[in-house]
Amino acid sequence: MSTTQSLHSLWTSAAAEPDKIPSPHIEYAQLSPTLIVLGAALVGILIEAFVPRRARYNAQVVLAIAGLASAFAAVIALALDGYGTTKAKIAAMGAIAVDGPALFLQGTILLVGVVAVFTFAERRLDPKKHGNHVDSFTPQAAATPGGEAEREAARAGFTTTEVFPLALFAIAGMLIFPAANDLLTLFIALEVFSLPLYILCALARRNRLMSQEAAVKYFLLGAFSSAFLLFGIALLYGYAGAVDYSSIARVVSNSEANVDPALAGTMGNDALLLIGGAMILVGMLFKVGAVPFHMWTPDVYQGAPTPVTGLMASATKVAGFGALLRLLYVVLPGLRWDWEPVMWGAAIITMLGGAIVAITQTDIKRMLAYSSIAHAGFMLAGVIATSEDGVSSVLFYLAAYSFVTLGAFAVVTLVRDAGGEATHLSKWAGLGRRSPLVAAVFAVFLLAFAGIPLTSGFTGKFAVFKAAAESGAGALVVIGVISSAIAAFFYIRVIVLMFFQEPKVDGPSVAVPSPMTITAITVGVAVTVVLGVAPQYFLDLAGQAGVFVR
Amino acid sequence: MNPVNYLYLAALLFTIGASGVLIRRNAIIVFMCVELMLNASNLALVAFSRLHGNLDGQIMAFFTMVVAAAEVVVGLAIIVTLFRSRHSASVDDASLMKL
Repeated sequence: MSTTQSLHSLWTSAAAEPDKIPSPHIEYAQLSPTLIVLGAALVGILIEAFVPRRARYNAQVVLAIAGLASAFAAVIALALDGYGTTKAKIAAMGAIAVDGPALFLQGTILLVGVVAVFTFAERRLDPKKHGNHVDSFTPQAAATPGGEAEREAARAGFTTTEVFPLALFAIAGMLIFPAANDLLTLFIALEVFSLPLYILCALARRNRLMSQEAAVKYFLLGAFSSAFLLFGIALLYGYAGAVDYSSIARVVSNSEANVDPALAGTMGNDALLLIGGAMILVGMLFKVGAVPFHMWTPDVYQGAPTPVTGLMASATKVAGFGALLRLLYVVLPGLRWDWEPVMWGAAIITMLGGAIVAITQTDIKRMLAYSSIAHAGFMLAGVIATSEDGVSSVLFYLAAYSFVTLGAFAVVTLVRDAGGEATHLSKWAGLGRRSPLVAAVFAVFLLAFAGIPLTSGFTGKFAVFKAAAESGAGALVVIGVISSAIAAFFYIRVIVLMFFQEPKVDGPSVAVPSPMTITAITVGVAVTVVLGVAPQYFLDLAGQAGVFVR
Repeated sequence: MNPVNYLYLAALLFTIGASGVLIRRNAIIVFMCVELMLNASNLALVAFSRLHGNLDGQIMAFFTMVVAAAEVVVGLAIIVTLFRSRHSASVDDASLMKL
């Protein structure tokens, strides 16, 4: 008996008091913008499952706009409550920061998202097919292009209303991305906003082969770059022994108080830090479309449905630059002397490369893609400033740029011929004679891209270059101004093409859109002009929002 | 065994995956190489987790697996649509938009 007991004690022991695991504390109020958008996206999936096909479109549009608008209201409420300045804090057990830059960028992304949903919902650009309104998205994504299944789906009046929940999921990921305060949240947010975008790219109604090709390219290269990001995260975690930004920052700047032997060993290994940081930068620069990681941008922008391109070009850039700023300013300021030369190089080749290659483009969407690359370079110049002005100027630039981009792509959807959108530049000749209003609006956007005074583009560029010059990056500013001048050439060329050339006989016509697209373009023009003529209030707003919490 | 060896293995696997993405032409193989890169990151995360004696890395490896699974769903769907319309999964054939 006693032997049994002693044997028994070999593999059992008296139950010890279990360690109490504290339940995580989630600040639902401070996270409400993201939660509202995610909730709306989930309801959108339920609508897809349970609401009859006829009613889905209206339900989805109303839900998406209501969700984004109420999330924007939540951001405003948080900002008015002082979470952008004095009450800035880190919520959700250190995972998400609620501070000035995060709230400013979230507000921008949500406004851009509302406007993008307007362009998604546009259904009057094409004539009715089989008695049904059609939008920019394929009736059935799984059907082979040109096949019998596709014709049948079109005849039955199917529409891909899934785009609205997909867009909401992407926007929710973009809300988290610039606010992520640890590397895990950063990676998950990146995937949450990338995966829906990959699908959205493949859903064009016209030119489906091109659209699918764009999706494959975006997906493979995006997955490739996020693998780089993840391996960089692993190395940085190995270096610092932690994934939250403030701990890593302490280890990087050598101010960590309690260093255990393992940490002391990895801290001495600078290779982990440098390679890890570089790989994370690769992932980030890919997402913002900076040279030399820009190869996907023109193809994806050209192939994706134009409303999706508008969302990608504006909101993704806002989210990506937000995360890049937080990473460089909160996590790696101790490494500044190492990343600054790299970012200098990236900024210079991005500005020059984008501007020079854009000159040779003959497709309006590709031209705008290369112009977005050049603009990423201008924003990188602000990132390099490493000052509070640098942060706030990039914030302002992002807000200004995203509305111009969205408006420009919305105008691109209007100019159509028999094959859908007429994106070849030669077809835009003489547009100003035929449709002066549309051409004038597009000219405003082009002037803003070029940075002509009294448009938002000028204010943004001025703020970014001023911040860069004040922090001693004068050479960068000179290169920036030169590449702005190069870029101005091809923007002005399109204006000349539209206004000073005879229209072609078989040229494209301008579709009369529904109030949705009209609203989107009007918002774009209004923001462009207001931020150009009276920018002070918004500059102050961005100035107040320029401090990261850590 | 010294955990550093696992890191060398992880770096090796990551390099194999990355060169596979750059060299191979079949979209499915390219995609598998991306998955190999993700798994190499997982190995590095778990090795570092063991080295530091905290669980952050292991938790992250779980999240990576979920992300990889989600990526398979989206990625295979996209590649299959491409294959159905072109009867080829070669990334070289998809060149409608080259200048």
